[in-house]
Amino acid sequence: MSSIAISGIKTRTGAMDRSDSLRPLALAAPLLLLLAFSFGAPIVLLLSRAVYEPTIANTLPHTIAALGTDSAAGVPAEPVFHAFAEDMKAAQAAGAIYEFAKTLNTRLPGARSQVLRVARLAGQDAAVTKEAMIKAAPLLGEDQGWAAIRSGTNRLTSFFLLSAFDLRWTDQGTIGAVPAGQAVFTRVFGRTFLIATLVTLATLALAFPLAYVMTNVRPLIAGIVLVLVLLPFWTSILVRTAAWTVILQKYGLLNDLLLWLGVTSDRLELMYSRTGLIIAMTHIQLPFTLLPIYSVMRAVNTSQLRAAQSLGARPLTVFRRVYLPQVMPGVLAGCLLTFILCLGYYITPVLIGGASDQLISNFIANYVNVELNWEMAAALSFVLLASTLGLYVTMTRYLGLDLFKMG
Amino acid sequence: MLLSPYPTTTERIRVAALWFWCMLVLIFLVVPIFVPVPLSFNSGSFFTFPLAGVSTRWYEVVLGTPRWRAAIGNSLLIGAGATVLATFLGTLTAIGLSDPKFPARRYIVPLLISPLIVPVVVTAVGTYLFYARLGLANTYAGIILAHTVLASPFVVVTVGASLSGFDRNLMRATSILGAKPLTGFLRVMLPLILPGVLSGAAFAFVTSFDEVVVVQFLANAQQRTLPLEMFTGLREQLSPAITAAATLMMGLSILLLIVANLLARRSRQAGAPAE
Repeated sequence: MSSIAISGIKTRTGAMDRSDSLRPLALAAPLLLLLAFSFGAPIVLLLSRAVYEPTIANTLPHTIAALGTDSAAGVPAEPVFHAFAEDMKAAQAAGAIYEFAKTLNTRLPGARSQVLRVARLAGQDAAVTKEAMIKAAPLLGEDQGWAAIRSGTNRLTSFFLLSAFDLRWTDQGTIGAVPAGQAVFTRVFGRTFLIATLVTLATLALAFPLAYVMTNVRPLIAGIVLVLVLLPFWTSILVRTAAWTVILQKYGLLNDLLLWLGVTSDRLELMYSRTGLIIAMTHIQLPFTLLPIYSVMRAVNTSQLRAAQSLGARPLTVFRRVYLPQVMPGVLAGCLLTFILCLGYYITPVLIGGASDQLISNFIANYVNVELNWEMAAALSFVLLASTLGLYVTMTRYLGLDLFKMG
Repeated sequence: MLLSPYPTTTERIRVAALWFWCMLVLIFLVVPIFVPVPLSFNSGSFFTFPLAGVSTRWYEVVLGTPRWRAAIGNSLLIGAGATVLATFLGTLTAIGLSDPKFPARRYIVPLLISPLIVPVVVTAVGTYLFYARLGLANTYAGIILAHTVLASPFVVVTVGASLSGFDRNLMRATSILGAKPLTGFLRVMLPLILPGVLSGAAFAFVTSFDEVVVVQFLANAQQRTLPLEMFTGLREQLSPAITAAATLMMGLSILLLIVANLLARRSRQAGAPAE
């Protein structure tokens, strides 16, 4: 009787299989569409700015045509300069000259004012000569000036992505390091990874023993401790950063405490310092490291530990050979999560870090807000996003997403 | 349970050290978030202990001056919009995901969670660039949509958790008894998962209410929110009004999230299949 009923259900579900899998997808479709519109598209657009830069090519149609017939390698001949003057005049008239000057300046530092000067000259004198133009803009008489213009006529560019790694195309057509004075980004990425590592290790040192104790006390006490862990977890990063700016002040609570304990004899400068930043970030990230570890530790079968002990293993051996392998997935999940989130920190470094503690996100924001250099912001976003998502994919593949249910 | 039945002295010392360490960790976790609370009632204008005297003058500043009041109003408006949208879309998605026949789950679930993982500056800068082309930058609609994106993972996860205890046979029963799918949803499923939905809504509201980076890029001078006002205050000139604002924000977050967790717990119990 029951087998008949089951086979009946099976034939029905078999016929409806296709529509059955489309219906749940249709329920998720509105959110997926919103994510595509307000999350996917913006990120793709931003990243495209790292490799697609059409301003220079759009401003210089005549120059591009003239360069096509010019065979000189470095500074081109008179006709190209005439074409360039014509383009400058047109850009001046169309109001596009400032955008062009700014864009060229991102590749050729110092070009901005020289471009504007040449454009003014070309506007006044239709028959301006090569000599006069080089006098107004010395960069036009140099190989590197024309190298920048030639590479700019290509709408697709690797310039900004290479710059994000402190690399550039050399005059010989190979990839080489930028001059030491201009190399900033490998240092910033190194600093970001260093601070993320230090914070991750600090949270692990604090979280592991606490999680262990939580799994070995009465449920009531474990519950109270869990609430104490979740309380800061629920408070926003901004509020907690604000709290730390108050605590880390020169005449703040932490300095009061250190003096009272006799640890230091003088008040420390903790605000706008790396120590202060790491303390605050450790506080903010601690629950993220702790919760996955705790959820794995709770599932460990304690009878195995007792079995190991009764077979003669010493406590340290039990811990190392039986306990640690079982809790390792939780430790890895917690640490990876904290590490990934640390890579993207923005608010806390702005408010607590010093000038030399700014992380990669701060540079991205600065390129957008202050320098208006979207291409460089996009290239740095590209590298940051690639590191973050690479780790995220590794994490979900090897550890699964179940460990990241929080609260 | 930390101690064996017949502990040795070294074992006692080790366990005592472990307890001591854990106490320090708990103090480190909890004390800092409450430091702004007493300072917000300080009558002086400095951030230092001991307090000069007790007064509510900084709360009068936050709740009384037009600048802060406008910020609170904006935060509530944007939070409400994002909460409604994220709860609606996230609940639909969680119901879809709870169906065992949902296709390509192992690719779609990480995608749905990714707004929590992508560095928020990248999201904010990209959204600003994209919205500026569409005329959505500096609009309430734009900020609400961007916050919906950031808040939706919390709804999907919370409602998903309450659905994991939901007995799907109940939905078959409703359709056998002749109810249309919508009727079955409204009369049977929704009442059972409602605590989970409300708890997801609370998470969504808190996410939007606390968010500052996206707002910093998308908002114009009229759309400044409470966290943005705090952020600029912390950057430019420290005023104890910030400790009052922080205390208010923390109070609201903790209150809402306690409610959310109580609801979530009840939802797991209510939706569990009867043994």
